[in-house]
Amino acid sequence: MLSRSDVEHVALLARLGLTEAELMLMEGQLNHTLEQFRVLAELDTEAIPPTAQVIELENILRADVPGPSLSAEEALAGAPERMGDAFVVPLVVDAGEG
Amino acid sequence: MTPSPDLTRLFAREMAAGLYAGEFTSVELLEVHLSRARAQDRALHAWVSFDEEGARSAARAADARLTEARRRGPEAVVELPRLLGIPVALKDLVVTRGQPSTAGSRILSGYRGAYDAHIAERIFAAGGVVPGKTNMDEFAMGSSTEHSAWGPTANPWDLDRVPGGSSGGSAAAVAAFHVPVSIGTDTGGSVRQPAGLTGVVGIKPTYGRVSRYGIVAFASSLDQVGAFGRDVRDAAALLQAISGRDERDSTSSPLPVPDYVGSLPDDDDLAAAALKGARLGVPREYFVPGMEPGVEARVRDAVAALAAAGAEIVDVSLPHTDYGLATYYIIAPAEASANLARYDGIRYGRSVRGGDVLADYLATRGEGFGAEVKRRIMLGTYALSAGYYDAYYVKAQKVRTLIAGDFAAAWAAGVDAIVAPTSPTVAFRLGARLDDPVAMYLADTCTLPVNVAGLPGMSIPCGLSEGLPVGLQLIGRPWDEERLFRIGRAYEAVTAGAEWRRLEPSNLAALDDPGSPTPAQRLAKARAA
Repeated sequence: MLSRSDVEHVALLARLGLTEAELMLMEGQLNHTLEQFRVLAELDTEAIPPTAQVIELENILRADVPGPSLSAEEALAGAPERMGDAFVVPLVVDAGEG
Repeated sequence: MTPSPDLTRLFAREMAAGLYAGEFTSVELLEVHLSRARAQDRALHAWVSFDEEGARSAARAADARLTEARRRGPEAVVELPRLLGIPVALKDLVVTRGQPSTAGSRILSGYRGAYDAHIAERIFAAGGVVPGKTNMDEFAMGSSTEHSAWGPTANPWDLDRVPGGSSGGSAAAVAAFHVPVSIGTDTGGSVRQPAGLTGVVGIKPTYGRVSRYGIVAFASSLDQVGAFGRDVRDAAALLQAISGRDERDSTSSPLPVPDYVGSLPDDDDLAAAALKGARLGVPREYFVPGMEPGVEARVRDAVAALAAAGAEIVDVSLPHTDYGLATYYIIAPAEASANLARYDGIRYGRSVRGGDVLADYLATRGEGFGAEVKRRIMLGTYALSAGYYDAYYVKAQKVRTLIAGDFAAAWAAGVDAIVAPTSPTVAFRLGARLDDPVAMYLADTCTLPVNVAGLPGMSIPCGLSEGLPVGLQLIGRPWDEERLFRIGRAYEAVTAGAEWRRLEPSNLAALDDPGSPTPAQRLAKARAA
């Protein structure tokens, strides 16, 4: 069972800002969905290898040669905020003024 | 003067034949479809955006290619691509240069593509004409198209019902004759289930058959691009046009793509011969409790028709079917929670400032994502979090091995294809499952094991129950789309005389009523009741 504080913790991990009403609804719905997952415990999978992907393709690499890519202008075209040829990001490191 | 026939009622291959013969132009074909789509969009809401200018320019270019080929002679006309001049709708998660692609989400409102998706490049190069993009559940998470940030789409058979999802707009647009063919994506049933619920054909090929480059990602080990058409040959032709290796998607397969369309006879007797000696497995676990009796009856009728035409029907067991739902709803949300981390409000898309970097993320994602997307991100984040990773994610990956093994055992026993229902019910009412996520998830119970195993699957219409379409699902061996098409085409041939085949969606006339409520109004009314 997920408690209210578990739900808040997961929302923070997921970087989702949830309202009070959303948190309440989410707690009930997540627990109801997780209950459906308990059915998997019926299966003994001790000796079963996990499957991450289903087709037999390995190490598909392209040739290591330069090719055309988006220009800076194209890559920045959707940026909410830009400065010259750069995306503007929020301050993550304190510049330590003074 | 005889009234001109309604061009929208033609199959795509008939439109192509008319274009080759010069009976009408691609511009004329586009205009008749566009005006229909525009006029009915209030009542149906199959579309998120139109690109009339781009479509008209593509149609003019197609007409120029047609004129030039006719001038050079019949050999030049025969070599033209099948899609040349044909309207093709794209689901709103296919990125195209300079055009909006929102994936049904507020977080991508205003976003315009910086490049063309691989499949868009292929469609444009073949001369396909894209009138616009179709509605979908946000980030393809849903089974009803009600989780679109832009409001729901209605079902042309009953405007108070859902068209299925997540590719509900693409399915409804084909069913309502807005386009002859369209593109969808299928992560757990999102092409097959809406095809079944709207009475059209929908093919999800083998994982790896079509490049996802430029497709907004949901769950990367499950996502595959698919095609809708009003019959098997049209759906096969569109899949043919988009299939094959693309080095920009490392999961795209280098295997050669067979000539799907060339192996599908136009003659019904020749087509039906594909069933002689075919071994078709009917999995007992797919006739689940809770399946509507009318749906089961139509599927059993279809199996009987296949048997009468010479197919050998064998009972098969896929014993881990009941675990498919839980397996899928751990793996898909886990992958989605990682894929959707990219929506950070910095590089593109909606951005809401909160004061510092954490507050920016919380506000951007909290305001940008809808309820179902938040639920899946929460579920996936939890399943991947420290202490729960083994219990949920690794466990689900192990059960994935068992589910894939069920199908492998059927193939090893000599089964050529599996025949099953597409969905346990006909189209449900708008709003009926919106407040109960688990009930919504059950809509995909017959389709999601196919994605978990990476197999090709197709839904074809097999009649009506209570006046609503029922889908027959054909599931194939890896890379064996060709056989699914041949069996599907054979089923069409042996049921060519059936009365239900001649019926058009029963609510088409209401779509032309300018006073008809919008699907959003119908949903609001259903929820208030």
